[in-house]
Amino acid sequence: MARYCVKRILSAIPLLLVVSFLVFMYIHMLPGDPVRLQLGMQATQDQVDLLREEMGLNDPLLVQYVDYMKGIFTGDLGESTRNGASVIDTIAPRFGPTIMLTICSIVWAVLIGTVIGIVSAVNRGKLTDYFGMVVAICGISAPSFWLGLMLMQLFSVQLGLLPTSGLGSWQSYILPSLTMGAGVMAILARFTRSSMLENLQEDYVRTARAKGLGEYFVIMRHAFRNSLIQVVTVTGLQIGGLLSGSVMVETVFSINGLGRLLVDSINSRDYKVVQALLLFFAVEYIVVNLIVDLLYGVLDPKIRYS
Amino acid sequence: MADMENGVISPEELPKAQSRTKAFIKKFLKRKAAVISLVFILFILFMGIFAPYIVPYDAATPDYTALLQGPSPEHWWGTDEFGRDVFSRLMVGTRLSVFTALAAVTIGTVIGAVLGLLAGYYGGIIESVVMRGADILFAFPDILLAIAVVAIIGPGVINVVIAVAVFTVPSVARLARSATLTEKEALYVEVARSLGCRDRRILWVHIFPGAVQSLIVNFTMRIGTAILAAASLSFLGFGANVTEPEWGSMLSQGRNYLVTAPHIVLFPGVLIFLTVLAFNLLGDGLRDTLDPKIK
Repeated sequence: MARYCVKRILSAIPLLLVVSFLVFMYIHMLPGDPVRLQLGMQATQDQVDLLREEMGLNDPLLVQYVDYMKGIFTGDLGESTRNGASVIDTIAPRFGPTIMLTICSIVWAVLIGTVIGIVSAVNRGKLTDYFGMVVAICGISAPSFWLGLMLMQLFSVQLGLLPTSGLGSWQSYILPSLTMGAGVMAILARFTRSSMLENLQEDYVRTARAKGLGEYFVIMRHAFRNSLIQVVTVTGLQIGGLLSGSVMVETVFSINGLGRLLVDSINSRDYKVVQALLLFFAVEYIVVNLIVDLLYGVLDPKIRYS
Repeated sequence: MADMENGVISPEELPKAQSRTKAFIKKFLKRKAAVISLVFILFILFMGIFAPYIVPYDAATPDYTALLQGPSPEHWWGTDEFGRDVFSRLMVGTRLSVFTALAAVTIGTVIGAVLGLLAGYYGGIIESVVMRGADILFAFPDILLAIAVVAIIGPGVINVVIAVAVFTVPSVARLARSATLTEKEALYVEVARSLGCRDRRILWVHIFPGAVQSLIVNFTMRIGTAILAAASLSFLGFGANVTEPEWGSMLSQGRNYLVTAPHIVLFPGVLIFLTVLAFNLLGDGLRDTLDPKIK
């Protein structure tokens, strides 16, 4: 097991390095001079030269990259061009709302998604199955920003039950997390159903029934336990994407999280912040996928020994 | 009959062999959801081409006497904040919204398929480079990759096409590679090789047709994702110009009037939803039809 973990963790390091290099290159790939972008067109040539030297842009690319990596590990990611604050200080307060929102979305998406999947599989071909799968395919096809606006219109504007924007009370989390988790819920429902359908036909399920176990035990303890591996994998893969899905939901509900900061920073050309956020989202995605892979190894002995 | 007694069957007595196309169509027609979806998609594509000539109102001309009106016999889906007919604008917008996605997925699929086929067939350094490249692109979640590309090359319809094509490439390349690896081992490929066929012929005439089925299913499914991504980018203000009729940007503009005129948000969303749903259901249907295990 330890060997499998070490091997898997080591294999992620080159990918992390390449991704960090790409994100580092982002500023160099932008059309125009990054110094001019920061100082504006009115800046004098002396000012431009000075800042260029300060930013280390006269150094060879590799030296610049090493400096950038040093900065990442020492928490120095440069300064926001919008307000002059350090990038870390700009980003730090935005973590909380996005992480909380992601956790809420995942919790309800997993609960409802797996329940729909199990109920659909057990009632295969019946009206319940049909209904469950219609909900699932709708969840996959609905644009999240539209779903958010429609929920807002119904529950906040028409019924006045929930707040329209921002995060504060627990009620304010309901609509954004429902919107954010809808896609994951739908994907999980479909995966759980197909995995359960396979497992319910296995011999051990027949054996469990033959020895007189109650239907609940047969479904939950035997069939679902074997579907769990796939549920964990799909959930993990979705968490990675979900954080970046916060871009849409936070824009719709005016939530001051990382996603909205990314959009605002792109619009205001605050490239250092954009760079830091891209790096964070990509690294988070790789790390979450890595954890899922390791969990997969724990849950399924066949993988760890192959 | 005399022939039958001798063990010889005349051609007329043979059971009629069904052509593959006919068998495919017959099997596909059994899947009602997929058929309805196909009809809807054809309607949307028709509108994409002909809408500007047949819609009741001009998509760009404002009418200040009919601002923010709800649905009525004159304006089926109401009017927007400039009094423009929402139905006409949405139908004309099909061209930008759907064709952007179609173009992006086509470009992404062609590039991804060629790379995947070459990687699977030749292996070695080509395979390593292509697959590691795909791994790197996979390190960015879809919408984030598209946003990153647009953040570099700037907003605009063409740039949205490029952004969406970029995130289509890695998944297609992986799919094409795995299909190629399977096909490469097939007996007929071995025969072609022993008959002295060149690599290029083996790749395009023998292996590619075997991979094409899964590529078509993936293509159809990807269009749904691409429409959502393109609409999302426009919604965020990174796509089409706000003055142009485009589903995502219409939705974005409409949200300022959510309280007084919710129909401006409702209809573009319903149209995006139905179109994406149709492509997903068509993809599901095609996959089931092409799967020999499903009757």
